[in-house]
Amino acid sequence: MERIPILRMGNLLLVTIQVDMHDRLAMTLQDDLTERIVRDNAKGVLIDISALDLVDSFIGRMISNTAAMARVLDAQTVVVGMQPAVAITLVELGLTLHGVKTALNVEKGMALLGKTNF
Amino acid sequence: MSAALNTAVAFDTALLERNSRLRTSRSTLPLRSDEDVVGLRRHVRERAVAIALSLVDQTKLVTAASELARNTIKYGGSGEVHLDALEDGFKRGVGLIFVDNGPGIADLEMALRDGYTTGGGLGLGLGGSKRLVDEFEIDTRPGEGTAVSIVKWKR
Repeated sequence: MERIPILRMGNLLLVTIQVDMHDRLAMTLQDDLTERIVRDNAKGVLIDISALDLVDSFIGRMISNTAAMARVLDAQTVVVGMQPAVAITLVELGLTLHGVKTALNVEKGMALLGKTNF
Repeated sequence: MSAALNTAVAFDTALLERNSRLRTSRSTLPLRSDEDVVGLRRHVRERAVAIALSLVDQTKLVTAASELARNTIKYGGSGEVHLDALEDGFKRGVGLIFVDNGPGIADLEMALRDGYTTGGGLGLGLGGSKRLVDEFEIDTRPGEGTAVSIVKWKR
């Protein structure tokens, strides 16, 4: 089955979404991430969406849910690299990703997750 | 012929020909699976680029298409989408019409409201899509089907 790879760096998990995700793939990623948070004892999750040219309500909800699940599992989530056109569209659509931390790029996202995490 | 008949949507709606005067071409794609939604997004992006929509307008149109295609599959069971190239004088646009033979929308006013959902989603699909495009029309009849027509014009 098709899967989006999850990389581990110290106690951070790094996901770079580089394909146009269909709904099942998004759900699989959500399941995989929560499982890996527990298995790898991760304290932070960094989701890089800079390659995504679209975030619709389904993908947006997956991101929100993943962040909420991670929080319950004692891990922080930061979404990085959202394209400006995607941000404009997302807000106009009515999705503000409430409760999800964001950063402009991976470096800033890492900083947000805290150096103590390395 | 029989294969085409099997997949054709039979919902008879005036929306299909709403912009026929401005239409220069039409192609039709089936909407049955997640992969069809992803495929449609790619097709719509190509159309949007072809008429030189701005990146923001491209993204809005593709996002609206993704929402409505998912609705067609989720609530209509399956359906199809017509991709129209439109020309109004020197103005060019992309028109999309989503059609299904599903149960129809019982309360359209509610369905257009943000946060209202009968399917466990966020309830942003219809109302949200409407905000992302220039023209938005729905024809729905209980027990017959639903058609949603959207247009994005090159500004």
